[in-house]
Amino acid sequence: MIKTDVLVIGAGPVGIFVVQQLGLIGLKAEVVDNLDKIGGQCIELYPDKPIYDIPALPSCTGESLTKNLLEQIKPFKTNFHLNERVQEISKEENNWKIKTSGTKVFVAPNVIIAAGVGSFEPRKFSVKEAEKFENNGIYYSIKDKTLFKKKKICIFGGGDSALDWAIELSKFAEITLVHRRNEFRGAEHSATTARQLEKEGKLKIKTPFHIESIEGDKKITGITIKHENGTVEKLPTDCVLGFFGLIMKLGPIAEWGLNLDKKTIPVSTESFQTNKEGIFAIGDICTYPGKLKLILSGFHEGALAARACFKLARPNEKYRFEFTTTSKVLQGRLGVKKSD
Amino acid sequence: MPKITYIEHDGKSHEIEVPKGLSVMEGAVQNNVPGIDADCGGSCACATCHVYIKEEWSDKIPKKESAEEDMIDMAFEPNKFSRLTCQITVTDELDGLVVKMPSKQG
Repeated sequence: MIKTDVLVIGAGPVGIFVVQQLGLIGLKAEVVDNLDKIGGQCIELYPDKPIYDIPALPSCTGESLTKNLLEQIKPFKTNFHLNERVQEISKEENNWKIKTSGTKVFVAPNVIIAAGVGSFEPRKFSVKEAEKFENNGIYYSIKDKTLFKKKKICIFGGGDSALDWAIELSKFAEITLVHRRNEFRGAEHSATTARQLEKEGKLKIKTPFHIESIEGDKKITGITIKHENGTVEKLPTDCVLGFFGLIMKLGPIAEWGLNLDKKTIPVSTESFQTNKEGIFAIGDICTYPGKLKLILSGFHEGALAARACFKLARPNEKYRFEFTTTSKVLQGRLGVKKSD
Repeated sequence: MPKITYIEHDGKSHEIEVPKGLSVMEGAVQNNVPGIDADCGGSCACATCHVYIKEEWSDKIPKKESAEEDMIDMAFEPNKFSRLTCQITVTDELDGLVVKMPSKQG
């Protein structure tokens, strides 16, 4: 069990920055995220796309923004719990007790939800048989590639994951790469490699095709794919891999008894508290009159939510507003060394 | 004001007047038309504002850029009439546009 002042849900830019705001006022935070890396949408959706509206940064990328934010919270030595999705929440005296999809349990008087549009999960095949075979022939990620040795595998998708795995697995398995159009959006050299392997007879490429059905009773025996012009082909298949990127789902947070407005959480604009005391929401996931889904708005929301957390984390102390330019206390927390 | 018709997957139709300059996605979201999620807020990064353009309109609206085509790879059941509504700006020429929603966005 991990005790802390604030549990932050979501390691996107807003979740990272609120750690800094909490750290400055002397509060300790732990951060949980369902992704395997820090950065949220900035890293998962647009690591290379330039962002032009972060104050004082004329231009940056999702990746550089994340890197700089992490640099900014370095003094606070924060634990990030990745690959963990928050699951259940319950009230325990003055604390919230949160269990994750792993085995972690957090106890904190404050919870800040900075979860964007929810947790990232793989997009799945739309054909109805796909659910039945999930993790038993149908996979959306690969943990152990040796399981695929000598198998007949159909890989769907046109991005880097599909191309990279097609190339890698073609070394020891029979691969057919299927994509809905002739162009691949993944790295050009990967697409070229795949085409070259096709010429050498080391893998097959089927475009523009999409999946039509999956055949098999207890295990997959084959699939049917359909060309854009309507013709169908049957492929004997042992395993099907789908790489269609990730989609965001609100997930278990929706069951926490918080007021919801579509997929967002209404908050007070003084404290960013939700309808539950000690549970706050900031960034894209919160809503209030005039809400803008901008990173800069999330930073402001985090600054206010952090101050609101102080009351529950330090009920017997009085919060004092201070500036980093002048306060010895804040500079001490930042580890600033006095220079002459 | 240009009128856009949004048809839900079950056939329910919404005819909405959308101010010029908004995206077709914003026209739906701001008028509570269900079926267009727009999770990323309109930055062509999520493919959850996916629709099928009615055939006779597919040549009349500005062509997709490659970023949109790339993102449609991730949409739910895409086909050759697929577009992302966040990437289509409403103009006078689009008055009467009809878009049909997929059964879900992801």
